[in-house]
Amino acid sequence: MLKYLAKRILYVLPVAFGVSLFCFLLVHIAPGDPLTSVLPPDASQAMQDELRKIYGFDRPLPVQFGLWLLKALQGDLGTSIATGRPVAAEVWRAVGNTLLIAGLATVIGFVFGCFFGFVAGYFRGSFLDKFASMLAVLGVSVPHYWLGMVMVIVFSVQLGWLPPGGAGPGGSAAWKWDWEHVSYMILPAITMSVIPMGIIARTVRALVADILNQEFVPALRAKGLMDFGVFRHVVKNAAPTALAVMGLQLGYLLGGSILIETVFSWPGTGFLLGNAIFQRDLPLLQGTILVLAMFFVGLNVLVDILQGLLDPRVRRR
Amino acid sequence: MTEETPLQTHPDRGGAGTPLLQAKTLTKHFPLGGGAVVRAVDGVDFAVMKGETLGVVGESGCGKSTTARVVMQLIPQDKGEMLFDGEIVGGQALTLKEYRRQAQMVFQDSYASLNPRLTIEDSIAFGPTVHGVSKANAILKARDLLERVGLDPARFAARYPHELSGGQRQRVNIARALALGPRLVILDEAVSALDKSVEAQVLNLLADLREEFGLTYIFISHDLNVVRFISDRVMVMYLGEVVEIGPVEELYGDPRHPYTRALLSAMPSMDPDNRTMEAPLAGDPPNPINPPEGCRFHPRCPHAQTVCAKVKPVLATVGEGARQVACHMQVPGSGHSQAPALEVAA
Amino acid sequence: MSAIAQGNAAIIVPPLAKSPGYWAGVWRRFKKDKVAVGAGLVVLAIILMAIFADYIAPADPTRSSMLRRLRPIGTPGYPLGADELGRDMLSRLIHGARLSLFMGVVPVFIAFVVGSVIGVAAGFFGGKFNTITMRTVDVFYAFPSVLLAIALSGALGAGITNSLLSLTIVFIPPIARIAESVTTQVRAMDYVEAARASGANAITIIRVHVLGNVLGPIFVYATSLISVSMILASGLSFLGLGTKPPTPEWGLMLNTLRTAIYVQPWVAALPGAAIFITSISFNLLSDGLRSAMDVKG
Repeated sequence: MLKYLAKRILYVLPVAFGVSLFCFLLVHIAPGDPLTSVLPPDASQAMQDELRKIYGFDRPLPVQFGLWLLKALQGDLGTSIATGRPVAAEVWRAVGNTLLIAGLATVIGFVFGCFFGFVAGYFRGSFLDKFASMLAVLGVSVPHYWLGMVMVIVFSVQLGWLPPGGAGPGGSAAWKWDWEHVSYMILPAITMSVIPMGIIARTVRALVADILNQEFVPALRAKGLMDFGVFRHVVKNAAPTALAVMGLQLGYLLGGSILIETVFSWPGTGFLLGNAIFQRDLPLLQGTILVLAMFFVGLNVLVDILQGLLDPRVRRR
Repeated sequence: MTEETPLQTHPDRGGAGTPLLQAKTLTKHFPLGGGAVVRAVDGVDFAVMKGETLGVVGESGCGKSTTARVVMQLIPQDKGEMLFDGEIVGGQALTLKEYRRQAQMVFQDSYASLNPRLTIEDSIAFGPTVHGVSKANAILKARDLLERVGLDPARFAARYPHELSGGQRQRVNIARALALGPRLVILDEAVSALDKSVEAQVLNLLADLREEFGLTYIFISHDLNVVRFISDRVMVMYLGEVVEIGPVEELYGDPRHPYTRALLSAMPSMDPDNRTMEAPLAGDPPNPINPPEGCRFHPRCPHAQTVCAKVKPVLATVGEGARQVACHMQVPGSGHSQAPALEVAA
Repeated sequence: MSAIAQGNAAIIVPPLAKSPGYWAGVWRRFKKDKVAVGAGLVVLAIILMAIFADYIAPADPTRSSMLRRLRPIGTPGYPLGADELGRDMLSRLIHGARLSLFMGVVPVFIAFVVGSVIGVAAGFFGGKFNTITMRTVDVFYAFPSVLLAIALSGALGAGITNSLLSLTIVFIPPIARIAESVTTQVRAMDYVEAARASGANAITIIRVHVLGNVLGPIFVYATSLISVSMILASGLSFLGLGTKPPTPEWGLMLNTLRTAIYVQPWVAALPGAAIFITSISFNLLSDGLRSAMDVKG
């Protein structure tokens, strides 16, 4: 088991390196001088050189990368050009906010996805299957930012039940776990849950149908296991993959939250990313993407390890 | 029966005395992670004379299939060389591509051997087209070959593999192997997956084709009865090494190596009055990853002695015939108590 | 003339009665799937609508009118309402199909070609080449697609070309992965070994034996990415990173109409509905294709 763990982590290291290299290079593939967002347009040459030295842009690229990586490993992601605050602090705060809705969305998506998927797979070919499958396809096909808009239209504008955006009175800094604040979470979380729900439903459906098709199921039935026994067996076999997919979906939500957070003005990582892009705040952009990508990579490794724990066949690979 | 298409004939360069194929110390190891190595083929020496059929037998994992693939150069060997009709395979006189016209192989899985997207005649015609024959000519040849393997071209040529039965597909594979007019055909468990009655038909077909085209066969199988039927000589392999080679009836009648003896006596008897009662071999089939020191068979050999665990026996000629055995009991002066006495020079 | 060339002189080979090939079977199964056929018709209709937009659209999609801003659905002269600059929604939606379809199909198509080359080469040649190539692919795969698309677009800047580039880069890794996986499976089949044993070179083997068995599954996977590409492209426009105004594009329209949800909510929702319908149709079509191609024979 430990060997499997070590192997997985070793495998991921070059990928993580590549990811950080990519994040670093992002700034430099951007057209234009990275300094243009900081400097007033009529800055003197001397001032430009000065700032260049401060930000380290005058050193050769590999050296810049090395320094940046070293600092990043120590938790220092530089300073935001726009706000002047340390990037790391901004990012961590935003991550926490995103995790709130992403976590809730994942749970909702997982519960409903498993339910629909299981029904579809168990009653394969029947009307229930077609209905549940159709719901899953709908979930996967919907442009979620549009769905968010529609939710706002229905529940905020027309019915007035839930707030249309933001993170509560006083913003996320004053978060409390009461209805007033939690009500701000509901619409974004539900909107976010739709795509994972669709994907999980499809996966579970295929898994369940597959498991039920396998030859040892009639053997189980012949042994006298009641349908509940078969049910438990299906759950045991489907669980590792379903959980793996859920983990991956959480990763996707973390990384891809920008669209929904923009619709709902939710101050999470996506929102931060959007701001960084528009203000061409390159340290912030770099730092945010790096953290998000690393989260995703780390989540992948965790999911693999979890699968290894739950499914002994995986470990022997 | 004869056809004037140019691919049919290859000149016989070495004459009757030269073996068609001579393998010298072929070695192929597969590294696994963590330093372990699978010694699939280890120093294998053998020769196949023109027109003969060499049977190759052994348990799973003994290296028969790897040897076949090395002979076909689908896997390059780590050490050792091969001579085909006296010329080094892959050398200047005999390029790899030219060699591949003269040596062909029939695989075990008849379905996986055929591209599911190509018609039967297209599959057979592929080989010739690679060597410059026009598509039209290749198709004609394919149809002719189908006829010769017993499949009516009008019914089968334009079909797809999934529409044929296992036996029919294997006939197609044989036709495909013959399309390039080879002199040597390797049959790697070619009939093992077929029903017994179909197997008999295909074996008879192989025997007929051998006459018709003057072919040389290397016939690999785990079925000793089948090998006996079709082979002239038999080679017994164990854990990547050759333990015994000899003419078929001699070897079956008087097996010298303990492993060969065990294999032959393990065959279920056809005579109800004379049943095979017990498995003569103890233990599981061995693992080619860390083979034992000395003679690789010694942990399972009822006659093993200290010398067997220390010194590796070499294939040596026994008696005045064409028999070779790799066992200390057969070699005078080897140190084994049952070895014949050394002849003292007069 | 060599012996072989002599034999190759013109010969006419009578073709034999062919059994129905693979694609005929696929078409037969596809026809039976009513949902897939329906989706296919919808996709066809949308494509035609995009091609003939100039003839179908009732009004000029860029003609604005300050007097008629944000009219509801059903206003005379504006069957689907008017947007925030008084332009006819129906015409803008019809014209918007062009860009949206373009941004959905083109990146996936280019990624299909590039990804297949990478994946098939890696799968066929194996060894170190495979390891290095696929690990590089893994680096890109380590990003959630939305994040990667936005990161690339953000760095490169707004505009259609940049969006196309980002999206293509986003889709190459998953396609390369599938291509490598399927090719590795096919490579291990005995008929490929037999082809090698005939003396054919790598290109010939790939052309005759590998591609025919590999492109099908890759293609089906690629079609399932079209809807994702459309949604991502519209998403980029929604964030202001894609198409620039006043070009009609569904994502951009959603962006500019966002503040209008308090005034004319249903008009504001229309472009998204268009994306939704197109996306579902492509997905159902892709699913139907996959089912039709799944069974052997």
